[in-house]
Amino acid sequence: MRVVVEPSRYKIPLARPSIGVAGKTGSWRLERPIVDNNACTRCFLCEIHCPVNVIRVEPETGVSINYDYCKGCGLCADVCPVGAIKMVPEE
Amino acid sequence: MSKPALPYKARDVVLPGDAACPGCPIPIAWKVLSAVFGDKMILVIPASCSSVVVGMYPGNSLKASVIHVPFASAAAVASGVAEALEKRGVSDVQVIAWAGDGGTADIGMASLSGAAERNHNFIYIMYDNEAYMNTGIQRSSSTPRGAWTTTTPILGKGEEKKDVARIMIAHGVPYVATASIGYVHDFYSKLVRASKIKGFKFISLHAPCPVGWRFDPRYTVRVARLAVETGLWILYEYYDGRIHLSGPSRPLLDPSKRKPVEEYLKLQGRFKNVDEKMVKSIQEYVENNWEWVKRHM
Amino acid sequence: MGLKLVLTGNYSIAYAAKMARVNVVAAYPITPQTSIVEKLAELIEGGELDAVMIRVESEHSALAACFGAALAGARVFTATSSQGLLYMHEMVHWASRARIPIVMGIVTRTLGPPWNIWPDHTDYMDQRDTGWVMSFAVDNQEAFDLTLQAFKISEDPRVYLPVMVGIEGFILGHTTMPVEIPDQSAVDEWLGPRRQPYVIDGSDHLALGNLASPEDTEEFFMDIQNAMEEAKKVIAEVDEEYSKIAGRPSMGLVECFKCEDAKYLAVSMGAWSGDLKEAILQLRDEGFDVGLARIRYYRPFPAEQLYERARGAKGVVVFDRAISFGSAGPIFLDTLASIARYSRKTPYVKNVVAGLGGVNITSEDFSKIIRKFVEEVESDALVPFEWYHRRGG
Repeated sequence: MRVVVEPSRYKIPLARPSIGVAGKTGSWRLERPIVDNNACTRCFLCEIHCPVNVIRVEPETGVSINYDYCKGCGLCADVCPVGAIKMVPEE
Repeated sequence: MSKPALPYKARDVVLPGDAACPGCPIPIAWKVLSAVFGDKMILVIPASCSSVVVGMYPGNSLKASVIHVPFASAAAVASGVAEALEKRGVSDVQVIAWAGDGGTADIGMASLSGAAERNHNFIYIMYDNEAYMNTGIQRSSSTPRGAWTTTTPILGKGEEKKDVARIMIAHGVPYVATASIGYVHDFYSKLVRASKIKGFKFISLHAPCPVGWRFDPRYTVRVARLAVETGLWILYEYYDGRIHLSGPSRPLLDPSKRKPVEEYLKLQGRFKNVDEKMVKSIQEYVENNWEWVKRHM
Repeated sequence: MGLKLVLTGNYSIAYAAKMARVNVVAAYPITPQTSIVEKLAELIEGGELDAVMIRVESEHSALAACFGAALAGARVFTATSSQGLLYMHEMVHWASRARIPIVMGIVTRTLGPPWNIWPDHTDYMDQRDTGWVMSFAVDNQEAFDLTLQAFKISEDPRVYLPVMVGIEGFILGHTTMPVEIPDQSAVDEWLGPRRQPYVIDGSDHLALGNLASPEDTEEFFMDIQNAMEEAKKVIAEVDEEYSKIAGRPSMGLVECFKCEDAKYLAVSMGAWSGDLKEAILQLRDEGFDVGLARIRYYRPFPAEQLYERARGAKGVVVFDRAISFGSAGPIFLDTLASIARYSRKTPYVKNVVAGLGGVNITSEDFSKIIRKFVEEVESDALVPFEWYHRRGG
């Protein structure tokens, strides 16, 4: 069976992947995670659990966080087994 | 040596900047899905928080395929997608019905049951946040006894939680599992197993909601783990006609290894008003569940 | 050339779906539709139709499964009636707003309570505002033709809307008539492969139906209206092309029966138009200048055509087999609005609601009603709305 996809001239409710569909978070975030990369064991638990997918753990450099979209939920700090992530109030 | 799928394969599909509340378990689960299937998944999503989490047209927070569908129809739409793909010989994409407990245990029950009985080739995941969260925390049949919701505002829910996994086991489908957002590697391995089985697969995923359960958003994983550690949420797989306990729950066969349910309840504002009698009855519910599990191992 | 079979209306629709080589059928039994899906199941299990049959647990799921299969690239078909159609109503809207081609047969039946299996048009009319192209047949041949054409219309990029084809239960559904079936290879060549505006099969990252702003949402809906306007052209075109394969004349959105010069114009839809035609022949013999405009497509509503037919008439009488309680018959409302849209000078327009609950209306009834209508017009004493009811016979 064959399917021919022929786009429509009409507007159709089809969305496409994009970063930041709900905007950046800096203006309303209450707390931000701060990482002590010396204490970090590179266990990846913070990266795996981050609901916004803004944490990257690299074996050499440790943890980096994209604060543009971090919601400050603090989940990363709670799952960190060595307490290397602290939540600090936004100024 | 290849890099582990978690986290590496989970990096690209769930895009930052979605519309979920802080601490929401939904995108965490999607990351696990993407660790297994990458962008080769079609999520069929009925009305739920997930309808909103992915964000507004023309954007979408998932680099995968999404079909939003009416509340009761997820399993039926997924049936159609799965059959058409099979007919077309498309086999490199996983069809997943992704529904909340309301869309599964309540309004979606008939279409779920129908799809299960017909044994269509897809995975149905019920992410169970134990109430109608998108409409503002109303009671569902999957809300546990004693829990406050906006439609059980004073007395708390009087009835027991509906156990959908057991209902699905009764359908005789090839694979049923319970999973938890607190144990992502366990969830991952269950998805891997499900993906290798042809036919209907059902996974009940415990997904604590900070907003609806009234706890600090940082504790989503902690609360999920406590549900398992207290024995309230039992992690298992059902295939070949019996229950196979999963790693995190295995030691808890011994009741002395289980934490008291209070430790789970006290973290959550929704259980603020439960009295001793209710706590005792919740503890009994735990024991009864374990008895049932033991009988089917 | 094709062949001639003696088929019920239901089987005519089933054979049309077979000729369109549908890939997926999902359906749920309900009287009087059931024999359509029984026939399709037999054709599929017997190896005559290479399709998947999904035997769903409800009508809501029937259209939901068709919807999913259609998104994933399948040519799909379902059929239902009455309560079943109402039960799937939510999905009916969802399918058109997703702009996905689907074809559905509607074998009309009265709504309850009380339980009643005889036909009227209320279930069909309940779908009026769903954004589906809606046709309605007068006989089994047309049931076949409209169903087969529905696939072509639905999958036309100028339309990309689902299409439903109505027939009355039992009157056509279970009554046999000779039906000409065109040659399969000619149909294949004319219809072509499945065509749709997008496909969700993992080959692209598409999300259908994400939350949208009021403005975006309204623009989606405005385009459904635009597509409906385009559909009028497409329907005429498709009917014209098809007439070459079928060897029968095309009719487009409206059948005109002795209506060119009619001083009195009847408007109707469905099988009882056959009885109405008999009445018109009888009345012509009696010296009445009567004609008929028969609605073949209710959506898009053939406003221009009806205006053209009605503008020269002195009176128009619209027969409805459904009613919007508290107002009038839906075809009457559309007809009146259509005429008023083009001219402030309207002829007398009367609405006769009849045949609800399956009450049988004969050609004598039609003659009686039209004679009375002419008298009302001639004496300038129009009764604008009448519920014609009878017992016995």
